[in-house]
Amino acid sequence: MQIIIKNVNLINPQQKLNKKTDLLIESGIIIRIGDIDISGYSDAEVYDFNGKYCAPGFYDMHVHLREPGREDKETVISGCNAAAAGGFTGVAAMPNTTPAADNAETIRFVKEKAQNHLVDVDPVGAVTMERKGESLAPMLELSEAGAVAFSDDGTAVKSAGILRKAMEYTKMINGVILEHCEEESLAGGAMNESEVSTHLGLPSIPTIAEDLIVNRDIILAEYLDSRIHISHISSKNAVDMVRQAKKKGIKVTAEVAPHHFSLTDESVKGYDTNYKMNPPLRQQKDLDAMIEGLKDGTIDCIASDHAPHTIEEKEVEFIYAPNGIIGLETQLGLVLTELYHKKHLSLEQIVEKLSINPRKVLGLKVPIIKEGELANLSIFDADAEWTVDIKKFKSRSINSPYGGKKLKGKPVAVINKAKMFTNGEMKSI
Amino acid sequence: MPLTTKHLLGLEGVTREDIQLILDTATTFREVLERPIKKVPTLKGKTVVNLFFENSTRTRISFELAQKRLSADTVNFSASQSSTKKGETLKDTVRNIEAMKVDMIVVRHESAGVPNFLTQISKANIINAGDGAHEHPTQGLLDMYSIREKYGKLEGLKVCIVGDITHSRVALSNIYGLKTMGAKVSVCGPASMIPWDIEKLGVKVFSRIDDAIAENDVLNVLRIQLERKAGASIPSIREYHNFFGITRERLEKHSKKPLILHPGPINRGVELSSEVADGPYQVILDQVTNGVAVRMAVLYLLGTMN
Ligand SMILES: [Zn+2]
Repeated sequence: MQIIIKNVNLINPQQKLNKKTDLLIESGIIIRIGDIDISGYSDAEVYDFNGKYCAPGFYDMHVHLREPGREDKETVISGCNAAAAGGFTGVAAMPNTTPAADNAETIRFVKEKAQNHLVDVDPVGAVTMERKGESLAPMLELSEAGAVAFSDDGTAVKSAGILRKAMEYTKMINGVILEHCEEESLAGGAMNESEVSTHLGLPSIPTIAEDLIVNRDIILAEYLDSRIHISHISSKNAVDMVRQAKKKGIKVTAEVAPHHFSLTDESVKGYDTNYKMNPPLRQQKDLDAMIEGLKDGTIDCIASDHAPHTIEEKEVEFIYAPNGIIGLETQLGLVLTELYHKKHLSLEQIVEKLSINPRKVLGLKVPIIKEGELANLSIFDADAEWTVDIKKFKSRSINSPYGGKKLKGKPVAVINKAKMFTNGEMKSI
Repeated sequence: MPLTTKHLLGLEGVTREDIQLILDTATTFREVLERPIKKVPTLKGKTVVNLFFENSTRTRISFELAQKRLSADTVNFSASQSSTKKGETLKDTVRNIEAMKVDMIVVRHESAGVPNFLTQISKANIINAGDGAHEHPTQGLLDMYSIREKYGKLEGLKVCIVGDITHSRVALSNIYGLKTMGAKVSVCGPASMIPWDIEKLGVKVFSRIDDAIAENDVLNVLRIQLERKAGASIPSIREYHNFFGITRERLEKHSKKPLILHPGPINRGVELSSEVADGPYQVILDQVTNGVAVRMAVLYLLGTMN
């Protein structure tokens, strides 16, 4: 089948691409880039995306798909549908499932579930067995089964000793550890430690819980000349440490979630559990540091930390509610609203952080927009205004604090693996 | 003149006029409590549920007595939080109680924010009887009442809250309420028991008890939890008593003695020595009596507003 995309602005900083043109795609492959006279293609489906942008497919490197184990919250397929609806063609699935992805079978299971979906699902393996921080998971075997990185996400790798071994071990395959940075002895609170937690009387998690582990991990990465990736960075000091480490040439990368550059802990007033996540919402100075870090390249990637939970689990007392919010379907809108329209990042920088850098961190092939290549594309309208409606989410869960929020910029279509998702529908092309 | 608030979730944001009204109404009820027949028919036909997810016999009894003396129908619902954690959700519990047509819910819970949550799922008037380390507004009101009873005013007085401020629900209610009424509020305790950025609430911090005694008109002394062991904020009860306990010797060093309040139950020999707990400067038992009057006032004002 042929499809023609008319009048779209191709944008890919890696190819120095920024031009308005047409695309001919046949059986999922880009056949032609340039002016296309549709009269010559009577069988082709034509999409006029005038004024919209077309980037190499966006990739969310931090999502919780919950399968196996908690299919009531999300499945691989429902998560993939949410990703496609949110403008993403690939996701990395975190290993804190039940059982944990500390075995090749679970890695293969997750991959197989997504096999026929438009969205690429790349499982992340556990660093330690059952993510307990005691003994190493079989990371070479996990890698062979398809794991693209390793993480004990939900917690940091428990001790410097075991992390050291894991970093040495994964270096053999140039692997990377995605670290949830939180010092255990300072963890366990329900929100950020600040005058707001004092005011609300809630147990708190200080930013130093994050800073201490970021510091530990950077020191290890330097000493071992290994790689480390800081997941969902949220504290100003942590951003400063990553910036300094990069200057010294230490192999550290970092990602930030949209809620950490769009909300502060002031939102917790009112005790709505959709503002409870870990790391927690921080203060304005931290939010400003996230934007600064994104601007100067200290923060490489934007990832949602999509964390579905059921209504029953979230609609409880604040201290009992589980951490996390869903983010796949609001991420692009938040990025464009908060970063592009507020003139913090250019569209090129956004494409880097949503498409190119996450794949580079994970060692994946970055899609290029070229004749003969597989069409792996995200098409978006940078200016469309819309209101988030949680009832329209493709995700199985609705635990989002953004319901009713007005955003500027939204996904229009995604294309990958000879499939296209647009207007709420998936089809083969 | 009615209250301007439908619920009593905390003293934060409660106006000076509302606090004044509650305290003045409590004065009237305080007189009722001195009569041979301590009952008025004010809340006849109203149903109040005491929903206690955390054990607090004293607070519950105080509320229950207040309700009975106003002739309200009272139901007690006590659930240990562990059983509700496993079984029925808070939402279902409250919906069930609501279906029995109750007018007011008095709630105590270990999680901050539960009273706010209840206002979203129930139409009843909600009275916070303590939520996590957040607020305990009727305690704050009875403390203010007891101070006012002694000094005849609150404006301009210096009040220091002493003890484990971080885990206290009494501290914030005292801070908000007293500040609204024009008092100067401070806290005193081991630095590991003082919550982050408390100064931003407009509160002075003392780290030496002698300074707190010297500079204040009132010390509101909190109970130190004896149970906490692992990860405790202080090395030992002995050390706490030696450095922060209020003793006769400490008070005698100062010519002007502060009024001593304590929300109870007292750990004798820990935060207060026995001599001080039974001594001339404390109003601890008055607080208990005043507590019933203040809770009657709150129940009456909320229960008769619509
Ligand atoms: Zn995490």
